[in-house]
This record gives sequence, C-alpha cells and structure tokens, in this order.
Amino acid sequence: MNTTLSRRTFAKVLGGTLASMGLVACGNSNSGSDSTDATNADTAKSGTGFRTVDQIKDSGTVIIGVFSDKAPFGYVDDAGEYQGYDVEFAKRLADDLGVQVKWVATDPANRVPFLESNKVDITMANFTVTPERAEKVDFSLPYMKVQLGVVSPDKAKITSVDQLKDKTLIVAKGTTAETYFEAEHPEIKLQKYDQYADAYNALLDGRGDAFSTDNTEVLAWAIQNPGYTVGIEALGNTDTIAAAVAKGNETLLSYINDEIKKLGSENFFHEDYAKTLEPVYGDAANPDNLVVEGGQL
Amino acid sequence: MGAEFLFQGATIERLLGGLLVTMRISLFSVAFSIPLGIVMGVLFTRKNRVLHVILSFYLNFIRVMPQLVLLFLVFFGSATSIGINFSGEVASVIAFTLWGTAELGDLVRAAIEATPRQQYWSAYVLGLSRRQTFRHVILPQALRSMIPPCVNLITRIVKTTSLCMLIGVVEVVRVGQQIIDFNRFEYPYAALWTYAVLGLLYFAVCWPLSRLARWLEANNSLRRRHRERH
Repeated sequence: MNTTLSRRTFAKVLGGTLASMGLVACGNSNSGSDSTDATNADTAKSGTGFRTVDQIKDSGTVIIGVFSDKAPFGYVDDAGEYQGYDVEFAKRLADDLGVQVKWVATDPANRVPFLESNKVDITMANFTVTPERAEKVDFSLPYMKVQLGVVSPDKAKITSVDQLKDKTLIVAKGTTAETYFEAEHPEIKLQKYDQYADAYNALLDGRGDAFSTDNTEVLAWAIQNPGYTVGIEALGNTDTIAAAVAKGNETLLSYINDEIKKLGSENFFHEDYAKTLEPVYGDAANPDNLVVEGGQL
Repeated sequence: MGAEFLFQGATIERLLGGLLVTMRISLFSVAFSIPLGIVMGVLFTRKNRVLHVILSFYLNFIRVMPQLVLLFLVFFGSATSIGINFSGEVASVIAFTLWGTAELGDLVRAAIEATPRQQYWSAYVLGLSRRQTFRHVILPQALRSMIPPCVNLITRIVKTTSLCMLIGVVEVVRVGQQIIDFNRFEYPYAALWTYAVLGLLYFAVCWPLSRLARWLEANNSLRRRHRERH
C-alpha cells in the first residue's frame, strides 16, 4: 500500500515536472517566433485592430491612456476628475473630435503594450519620443520637450553624474531615465520601481541617494519637498513629448498632427502651461523651455 | 495629524468605489472558480490517464505562472494573438478564475482522496452504487473539509487583485495611489495614511471571511459530534 502510494505520488510529481518543463519549452519556442508573428499580425490587423478617426467619431467615445498618479501631467483630483497638462490637451482633442473621453489609467511601463494591443486609441502620458518606442507605436508632433533631471537631498546634493558613481540611483521602470543610465552609465547602481509614488517614497526614506526622471517632474517635486534640490537640471539629449497612436493608424495620427498645428496658432499649450504647470513650477522654469507650440521645436 | 486630506472632496467615496471594483473582480472570480474547481477536482480523481495528464498539465501551467504574467497573458496576449479585446476587469476575472479553478481543483482532489476508504466500503455494503456513494457520501464530506483552505484561497484572490491596476483597472490600491499623488505636495504623510486606510479596507473584507470559515468549521464539527452521538 505504502509503496504503491509513493510510486503514484512520484509519478505525479514527475508528470507535473515534465509537464511544466514542456510548458517552458513551448513558451520559449513561442517567444522565438513572436517577432515574425507580430509582423504578420500587424499586416493582417491594419484596419481591424486599431480604430480610425471615423470609427472613433461613430462610436462617440475616444479611449485615451493618461497617467492617473503623475501630477501635474496626468492625475485625478479629489473630486475624482482627471486633470493635468496632458489631460487638458486630451480633453480639447476629444472636444474637437466631438466625442466623449474614456480615460484609461496607464503606468510608464505599460504605455506601449496598451497601444500595441489596441486597448487605447491614443496615449498622452508624458510619452517621451525614443527610436525604440517609435518602432512599436507612431508618435505625433511634439507638444512638450524635456531633459533628464536628478533630484537629491540637500544634505548630500548630487550635482554631477560623476558623483553618482557607486551610489544608488532610483528610477521608475520603463522611463527614459532607466534606458539612459543603463546605456551610458552602467557603473551607477539602479534601484527600479514600478510606480512613481513608490520611487519618491524610496527617496524620502533614503533607500537611494538620488532619483532621476524627466527634469519637469523632479523640478516640480523638489519645489514641493523642502530639503530636496534638483542638482542636475539637464542631462542627456533634449527629448520631445508627444501623443502616440497604434503603429499604422495614419488617419488618427494626421488628425492629431493637424490639431497640434491648429492649436499652435492659438497658443494653446502656453495656456495649458499657465493652467496646469505654472501653479506647480512657479518661477522655477521658463515655459518656453518646456512648451512646444504647433509641433515646432 | 495630517490626515485631513482623507475627508476632502470625494476621497472616501472614491476609495469605497475602488474597493467595490476589487470586490467585484474577486466575487466573480470566486463564483466561477468554485463550480469549475469542483468539476476539475472530481475529474482529477477519475482513473483516466489522458484526463489526468491534461489536468495536471493545466494545474502546473497555472502554478508556475506568477499571477501577474497570467494577467498580462490574458489581457495583452489575447488582444495581440487572437484579436479578442477584453476590458481590464473582464481580463482580471478570467485570469483569477483560471488560477482559482486550478487551486480549488487541487484542493477538491486532495479532499476526495483524503476521505477514508471505510466510507466507500460502508456505502457499498449498504447497497449504494458507485455514483451514489460518490454523490451522497464522499463529495459532501470532502467539500466540508475543504472550507478552511477554500476561504484561505478566496482571501488570497482578494489581495492579489491589487495586481489588476497594472492593466489599467482602477481598483482600490490604484485609487489610493492617485490620492497619494494628488496630496503628496501638501501632505507629506499622505502615503502612510492612505496605505493604512487601504490595509483597513482589505482587513474589512478578509476578516469576516476568515470568521465565516471558523464558524463553518465549528458548525461542521458540532454537526459531526451530533451525528456521532446518534
């Protein structure tokens, strides 16, 4: 009895292990062929996967991915309403399209997958244009520009990248800061967080020596948090921030581009800045260093 | 002490709204998992090799997979590979049902296999058929002994739904993060207070569940003692 039982258990365990090993193998071969699958899917999907401007207008709702916890660009106020610099533009775009907005709360790391799987029509979530991302999604004309900034405590202020050697730098996963430091400064130890809120808390708790992300973001945060200063205000290349649509969604992309050009003539983004960013930055930043009108750098 | 922000605007209502989403996902996942899990557990105990291989493959497939990966597979994978676009909540319910069914199926299997042989023999001696024995003698006992691990699984599902925010579902933890972000400038301890409230909310959902489990268990052993006396 005892031996048969243990033999049965053994067989089960073995079977289970084999099954899971087979699974892992399957997973590998799948991911191997993924790239070709993806391109096939893309060609097959164009037209059915994403929604064109007409389809969005017909449905009466445009689905826009924005940050919901990244003031002042995209956040939710205490009444539960979406607000912020990106959100203002999104609202105006939806008004001009004549449709309602369905907001989707995104995180830095899932912005590309949301577009690739057509979960959203447009992403306007402080989305920095990079060549890697441009292979997967289509970016509109820019409506903002940024560089990286590094914020650190006044007591141990970091004013140059050299100072970061052998220290711990906090970054948020999927951001430009992560890519930049991994490629350019592998000697700096990175501590990565999924959420901005957690990354800031890590800095406040002293789990890292400094935090790096877009300068706009750290400038705003440092003003509100006495004891912390942006020691490095501009690092890396000048990046642009733009709206993004699914790869190949030309009608929607050109609609957004025309909208950005049109809004440039009414100085919309400076008004947007005055309404959403100025209360946060105060005198610390010059709007012309951040705002891009009409898609012209 | 810096917690006033919790009572401003619609903060409380929003947290409760988020909790509702958390509970909705959990409730549907559990409601689907229980019948499916029982069916799976019963099939597991059948002496059918093919069935057994398929089911243990399924169980191990789900077991080796972090819930987050499962969630991404259902949410993004289904959209890019088979062109079905689930909403965040539906994808969450599917992923958690897949997980809950596997875990419950294994619990049911274990409970059935743990039922003493004498129970079968006694039933056969009384002239019950195999089917009758299983339905009226074995299964009721097995299911009753499963209540505690089952409630444990449910509380695990409730807590794991916090992962759903990573596919854009605005559930209670996400609402909490929005509140922290909105108040982080003015209230330096917003994070601490909000997470404390989140902890309380999860407690409010999970604690009654474990009380219920204890009650059911106590009730169960009472009934058994009662039965033994007669």
